[in-house]
Amino acid sequence: MTARIGVVTFPGTLDDRDATRAVRLAGAEAVPLWHNDGDLKDVDAVVLPGGFSYGDYLRAGAIARFAPIMEKVVDGANGGLPVLGICNGFQVLTEVHLLPGSMIKNEHLHFICRDQTLRVENAETSWTSEYRDGEEIVIPLKNQDGQYVSDDYTLDMLEAEGRVAFRYVGWNPNGSRRDIAGITNERGNVVGLMPHPEHAVEAGFGPDSRESGRTGTDGLAFFTSAIKNLLATA
Amino acid sequence: MATILVHVMPKPEILDPQGKAVGAALPRLGFDGVAQVRQGKRFELTVDGEVTDEVLAKVRQAAETLLSNPVIEDVVEVTVAEETA
Repeated sequence: MTARIGVVTFPGTLDDRDATRAVRLAGAEAVPLWHNDGDLKDVDAVVLPGGFSYGDYLRAGAIARFAPIMEKVVDGANGGLPVLGICNGFQVLTEVHLLPGSMIKNEHLHFICRDQTLRVENAETSWTSEYRDGEEIVIPLKNQDGQYVSDDYTLDMLEAEGRVAFRYVGWNPNGSRRDIAGITNERGNVVGLMPHPEHAVEAGFGPDSRESGRTGTDGLAFFTSAIKNLLATA
Repeated sequence: MATILVHVMPKPEILDPQGKAVGAALPRLGFDGVAQVRQGKRFELTVDGEVTDEVLAKVRQAAETLLSNPVIEDVVEVTVAEETA
C-alpha cells in the first residue's frame, strides 16, 4: 500500500508544490486538494502548506478557516487523521481551533528568512516519530507573522502535557512565547509549526549542513514519520 | 441603509509590534509627547434596512467569530454610525 497524503491549496498558498514534492520524495502519493473541495478524496493525511491564504487579509489564516475543505479537515482531525500545518497552515490550524494560541507580527517587525535550528521536544506525534526527543534539526524559517502567543494558563498546559513539539534553539527569531516553534494537539495527530520542513527534503536544495552547502534534509522525517505511522496502522 | 461600526483592538496584555513601530516614528517627525500607541481595526458594515436588536446581535456575533480572534484581540465597541444624508 502507498500512503496518500493530501496537500491543500487555498488562493494565495505558495508552498503547495514544495509540500507535494516532499510528500513524493518521502514515498507517498501526493493528492492535490482545493480549498473549495467538499471532500478529502480518501486521503490518509493532510498537509496545510505555507503562503498567504486569501492575502492574509483580516488576520493570517482567518479567512482560510472558513473554506469548505476545512470543515472536512476538522472532522478528519477530530477522528485522528494526521494533519500538518506549516507556517500559514499553522496559522489556519489556530484560527480553526485545532491548536491553541495564535501568531502575531514578529516582535522586531521584519520579515525573516533564515536556516533555523529547532529542538524536537516531542518525538511521539504522527509527524515527528522518526526523530529522537531532544534532537536538533535545521530547516528554513520565513515569515512576518510568526510570533506565537497564548495566555500563561495555556502555555503551562502545553508544557505540562508535552505538547510543545518544537522550540527555537540559539536565537528566538520572532519573539514567540517560551521559544515555541511548533505545537501538537492532545492526541498528537495534529501538528503545526512556523518553520518549513518541506524546504529541507532533498540534497542540493536544502539548508547548509555541517558537511557542505545546501545538503540539509532534516525536514524529510516529518513526512516519513507520517507515512510509517499510516502503514503501521493500515 | 445603515452602517454599523466595529472596533477591534489587540488585547492589553498582548504586545502590539505595529503600534510600537508607529510610536517610535512619531518623535522622528517632531510629534513629541506621545507615551504609547496601540493600533487596532475599524470595520464598517453597511446593512440593508433598519438596525434592529437582532441585526446588532448578528453583527456582534460576526465580530467575535470572524472580525476578531479572541485569543489576541478584543471587540471594544459596536456602534451604529450617524446617518449622513
